[in-house]
Amino acid sequence: MNVIDTIERELGKPVLPQVNVGDTVQVHYLIREGEKERVQLFIGTILAAKGRGIRKTITVRRIVQGEGVERIFPLHSPRVQDVTVTRRGSVRRSKLYYLRDRVGKATRVTELLGEKARRSKAQDKAIRAEMAAVEAQAGEQEAEA
Amino acid sequence: MTLILGRKRGMTQFFEEDGKVVPVTIVEAGPCVVTQVRNQETDGYDAIQLGFEDIKDSRAAKPQRIHCEKAKTAPKRFLRERRLDGPAEHAVGDAITVEAFEPGQLIDVTGTSKGRGFSGTIKRHGFSRGAETHGCMNVRQPGAIGACAYPGRVFKGTRMSGHFGAERTTAKNLKLVRVDAERGLLFVRGSVPGPNGGFVQVRTAKTGMPAKG
Repeated sequence: MNVIDTIERELGKPVLPQVNVGDTVQVHYLIREGEKERVQLFIGTILAAKGRGIRKTITVRRIVQGEGVERIFPLHSPRVQDVTVTRRGSVRRSKLYYLRDRVGKATRVTELLGEKARRSKAQDKAIRAEMAAVEAQAGEQEAEA
Repeated sequence: MTLILGRKRGMTQFFEEDGKVVPVTIVEAGPCVVTQVRNQETDGYDAIQLGFEDIKDSRAAKPQRIHCEKAKTAPKRFLRERRLDGPAEHAVGDAITVEAFEPGQLIDVTGTSKGRGFSGTIKRHGFSRGAETHGCMNVRQPGAIGACAYPGRVFKGTRMSGHFGAERTTAKNLKLVRVDAERGLLFVRGSVPGPNGGFVQVRTAKTGMPAKG
């Protein structure tokens, strides 16, 4: 493996949550309010996933007071604490920019059901377990130090 | 002043605690071997010569091979000198590694910029482009290059199309973000001249004025 790939693996998060384009997700984003820090939830549909390795980002769109709002989250950023999937979408393209031109009920993405959804859920579970394991390991190392 | 030779490996980024992105270039540098020490007496100036990257004995010309044998090392692909103000502290055969650098210090990185071949004035000198529509025919043309009967010629040094890139370039006062002594890597903030895999020289900054950001 080349040097850059190895380094990106070390610099980024060890495991990323499993998300796909079309999923409805909750992004746990750490924000500063004066001195305090708290986690803000941004709930919306993933329009696009871009970049590879440590540069991977997702574009999340939601409707706030009748106005479409899109935010781009770098998945490896320490500010993005977690991304949880609430609804799996069944889509046939990698970029859902056509949703921008839609209003109301037409903005919904068909829910992914059946075998694929079950598989995706199982995958998600496995990744969660891995994330917990990594965290536990990190905690142990900290305790030792 | 410290000098080390290496190869640019590519760019990546990492996040600070507060989520700020730091763009970095990874330079795989050293270990370099001191292949020769020059002094006032024999050479008229003080310097040390560094060698980087082994090549096969069979690939090296005999003079080069013997030159490196004096330092008891394999023949080197790159040999570069570092001028010194006083007598050298290093002896022939000493190794210089990335540990000679400290994180946070400013450095200059010299390399050969990417070759762009015969380029027009827009790419080469940052000229503006003409309109593409409304019947305009001078989209990427250079425009006027001089006056008329007086002076009756084009001044020397007028910026025109020509060969661009593939020349020695120094990026000055870059911040060294991190030093990985184990793998001999330097993490330099920002970009560095040349293609990935290109040969670069890293030295402590000469002027030492930090860049913005």
